[in-house]
Amino acid sequence: MATTASFIIVSRNDIPIYEAEVGSATKREDAAQLHQFVLHAALDIVQDLAWTTSAMFLKNIDRFNDLVVSVYVTAGHTRLMLLHDSRNDDGIKSFFQEVHELYIKVNFLQLGCSVHVLVFHLSIVEKN
Amino acid sequence: MIGASKIKQYSNVLEKPLSKGKQEVSLSAFAFLFSELVQYNQTQVDNIAELERRLEDAGYAVGARCLELLCHREKVYHIIVKLCVMFMPFWLSQGNRRETRLLGILSFVHSTVWKVLFGKVADSLEKGTEHEDEYMISEKELLVNRFISIPKDMGTFNCGAFVAGIVRGVLDSAGFPAVVTAHFVPMEGQQRPRTTILIKFAEEVLRREARLG
Repeated sequence: MATTASFIIVSRNDIPIYEAEVGSATKREDAAQLHQFVLHAALDIVQDLAWTTSAMFLKNIDRFNDLVVSVYVTAGHTRLMLLHDSRNDDGIKSFFQEVHELYIKVNFLQLGCSVHVLVFHLSIVEKN
Repeated sequence: MIGASKIKQYSNVLEKPLSKGKQEVSLSAFAFLFSELVQYNQTQVDNIAELERRLEDAGYAVGARCLELLCHREKVYHIIVKLCVMFMPFWLSQGNRRETRLLGILSFVHSTVWKVLFGKVADSLEKGTEHEDEYMISEKELLVNRFISIPKDMGTFNCGAFVAGIVRGVLDSAGFPAVVTAHFVPMEGQQRPRTTILIKFAEEVLRREARLG
């Protein structure tokens, strides 16, 4: 099953600290930039939405063509944003939770630093 | 050969599971470490305000990390009233709730953070009478101050600035910027003064609270 997904971690101060593109579908050349653009545009929506609910997992907050943005906001207002075309909500939620745990562990090392180690984790997205 | 137990070695620190339970640390070890921290900073600064600021910054780093970890660990019981009032299910949810309201984050600091860091909830949480944006968390004696005595010539300096930094770190990371300071409040009939952590929230917090209703 061909899937495209773009994943970004944005800190509280709106600084991206991790980005990754993943997916088995063939990509156009500018797909990566387009995905980044869509995710950044969704940041405003997340900002407002984050204060209306105390849940961490916000799904389908924005759409672009057939791609959908889902966000997971941590307690420290770090946003884990995923741009995807699949509809597997549970899989995405568990993906976010696993990344959240990894993020907490890395957070102890240095606040707000860039994270390279999460690359291996994207294999989970492939399963979605 | 004596049977040796196999200890699971984690090659990568990230693979180690996030510890679930409470870890207790020796009080004397902490007191020693904290006294070294204060003494080290004392050699680096010229005045008391700078020393307080450094202790606060040290606490800030602790608070920011604390918030993420504790919110993740905390299990929350949701009480949902369904259509029929008689049927009220309770269910356990694996952590993952953020605090979005002022009172929520304050009681989180007062209970959960204090419990994990100091082994007990804080003595009291009060709202300031003079200003709308002031709140106070009081403690008969802060754990960090237990083995510290302040010489007279240091005036109003309080090593509780470290704890004030922790509180500021938690509040700031949760999106409630505030100025947090620690003060000694003399109590009648008691030899040692009580310590109060004074929290003064920024304008935007009050505006957002008003907007959320």
